[in-house]
Amino acid sequence: MLVTAFAIIRIRNLFSVVILTGLFSLLSAAIYVLMDAVDVAFTEAAVGAGVSTVLMLGTLALTTNEEKINSKGRTVPAAILSIVTGSVLIYGNLDMPSYGDENAPAHLHVVPRYLNNSLDEVGIPNVVTSVLATYRGYDTLGEAFVVFTAALGVLAIIGRRRRRRKKADIELEAKA
Amino acid sequence: MKRAEMRYMQHKVILRVVSKFLIPFIFLFGFYVQWHGDFGPGGGFQAGVIFAAGFILYALIFGVDKTRKAVPAWVTRCGLAVGVLLYSGVGVATLFLGENFLNYNALANEPTHGQHLGILLVEVGVGVTVCCAMITIFIAFAGRGRK
Amino acid sequence: MIEFPGQIIYWAVIVMMMAGFYIVIAQGNLVKKIVGLNVFQVSVFLLYITMGKVSGGTAPILADGFDVYSNPLPHVLILTAIVVGVATTSLGLALVVRINEEYGTIEDDEILKQESDA
Repeated sequence: MLVTAFAIIRIRNLFSVVILTGLFSLLSAAIYVLMDAVDVAFTEAAVGAGVSTVLMLGTLALTTNEEKINSKGRTVPAAILSIVTGSVLIYGNLDMPSYGDENAPAHLHVVPRYLNNSLDEVGIPNVVTSVLATYRGYDTLGEAFVVFTAALGVLAIIGRRRRRRKKADIELEAKA
Repeated sequence: MKRAEMRYMQHKVILRVVSKFLIPFIFLFGFYVQWHGDFGPGGGFQAGVIFAAGFILYALIFGVDKTRKAVPAWVTRCGLAVGVLLYSGVGVATLFLGENFLNYNALANEPTHGQHLGILLVEVGVGVTVCCAMITIFIAFAGRGRK
Repeated sequence: MIEFPGQIIYWAVIVMMMAGFYIVIAQGNLVKKIVGLNVFQVSVFLLYITMGKVSGGTAPILADGFDVYSNPLPHVLILTAIVVGVATTSLGLALVVRINEEYGTIEDDEILKQESDA
């Protein structure tokens, strides 16, 4: 996955970049399955490698832009900023518990209650669905509203085919 | 000249036949993921996206106009609103039945049956909203580029 | 053999995160910036899911015969985050299409030049 990320930086042809992004999402879905996150892998494969890639290809078709010109000298300060931020993050990461540790604080406070009482209180085997819909139902309500708003926003920006009308109006005004 | 035409038409025929065969299975799989979210991975979001992927495949191969005839604009707009209203409606119904907002215990005689019913309704709402949102966004992008 | 510290997988994810960050601030093309944002998002999700794994555990679906489960709470948060991420990406791409129709280009230095000339 690191190789794919660096390839996305270097490659200029936008079509290849979009396909590499789809590949990146698919590889991350495979890693989620290795980490026992099956629901997340399902959603990432459907959404990241499916809908996101299709929308980017649609944008490329509309902007008809295949190649990218060289940008001006922003490379070195950006690289220095990235390396500094990365080292600060790694320094903050040194105190974190090791990978797969059972006694990490993330696993100790409210999660045993979800795992133990989910069968009695809710009665369905999939703990992720029960947490999503019952224990954390407000978040899911907010998320449904976010998806609704995003669709409304896209309709507001690209909904109407105003382009054709504008050109026709301009021609009419030019003739009159 | 004739051979090149034949090859072009052959590709179109293969795509059409295969997609006509596959799209009902995609919808069936979407329904399966929606209703079986309780017992395996799945649930509202995944089902909505898979359902929309079926419609997007149809639009990619047969054109946006035919897809618009199959799913007219008022259907997607109503679907968007109906999904969110269903979710909030379940919450308000639990308010009227005496419990807190979105506490599904009030929906039936036993708490676990209430939870089952509540989760089912809520996932349907989310699935419908996500499906209509994806279809709307894709058709907005695809229908734009005609001059 | 060198013994790897337990956090080395977090460092790999942070390197990926910085690659996405670099794409967002250094590249001029708008579509590539959105691609970089996507890379950044995916690596952040990977960081959270990696924190949620319990070694020896299995997927958090209750079944007979399994005792140790991985933490389901990061899964729920990341599920919401993925859908919000696709909503953001679609809105960003819609804006790019409109910008292209208005200015005729999607390189940000050319757009700035047009804005400062007009």
